[in-house]
Amino acid sequence: MVEIIGILVAIVTIFIALGVFFMITGVIGLIRFPDFYTRLHATGKCDTLGEILIIAGLLIYHVFIYSPGADITVQLVPVKLLFLIIFILLTNPVGTHALMKAGYTTGVKPWKVGNERM
Amino acid sequence: MIETSFFQEYVLLLTGVLIALTILVATYRAGIGPGVFNRVVAVNVIGTKTVVLLVVIGYFFERPYFFDLSLLYALLNFIGTLIFAKYLERGEIWSR
Repeated sequence: MVEIIGILVAIVTIFIALGVFFMITGVIGLIRFPDFYTRLHATGKCDTLGEILIIAGLLIYHVFIYSPGADITVQLVPVKLLFLIIFILLTNPVGTHALMKAGYTTGVKPWKVGNERM
Repeated sequence: MIETSFFQEYVLLLTGVLIALTILVATYRAGIGPGVFNRVVAVNVIGTKTVVLLVVIGYFFERPYFFDLSLLYALLNFIGTLIFAKYLERGEIWSR
């Protein structure tokens, strides 16, 4: 029983480590890329995947490992985390698309090879 | 394999500290970014990272009310980003 809980905690740790890796990669892209569109390209996908991985890892941690007791507010936490995953998966690409459409409509120039970094 | 108390004490703490560092780096882009669009992108990234930071804080301190705060913050961040994009695109918020 103890070994199964240890393996589950290791799986949760791997999920959280992957999520933090993707979030750090997205922020490095936000700093290093030369253009508005490329920065949106970096952060739009990496942030969504990283956050979903971290919250899914904590969901596994709560369902299989964490002992909630008899409190109803603690027992309802996995439902909230599931709603949070669905909400991030729906809204984060919509926000990225709206920002990119606004930038394209108002005439932000894309970066080409040879230009200076914006 | 990993003990549960080790996870509760150190892994969640390290995760929170790393997410806070990424928020700090995104704040640098929000400060220097040329033009209003780069700043809006950086603020959107900060908001979506704060949602995850609130979830991790809720497990680290074992307070279940942080998850309600996290849901509320996700809603507010999404609505704020959409309204800001619409305002930057059309020049007005009210549409007829």
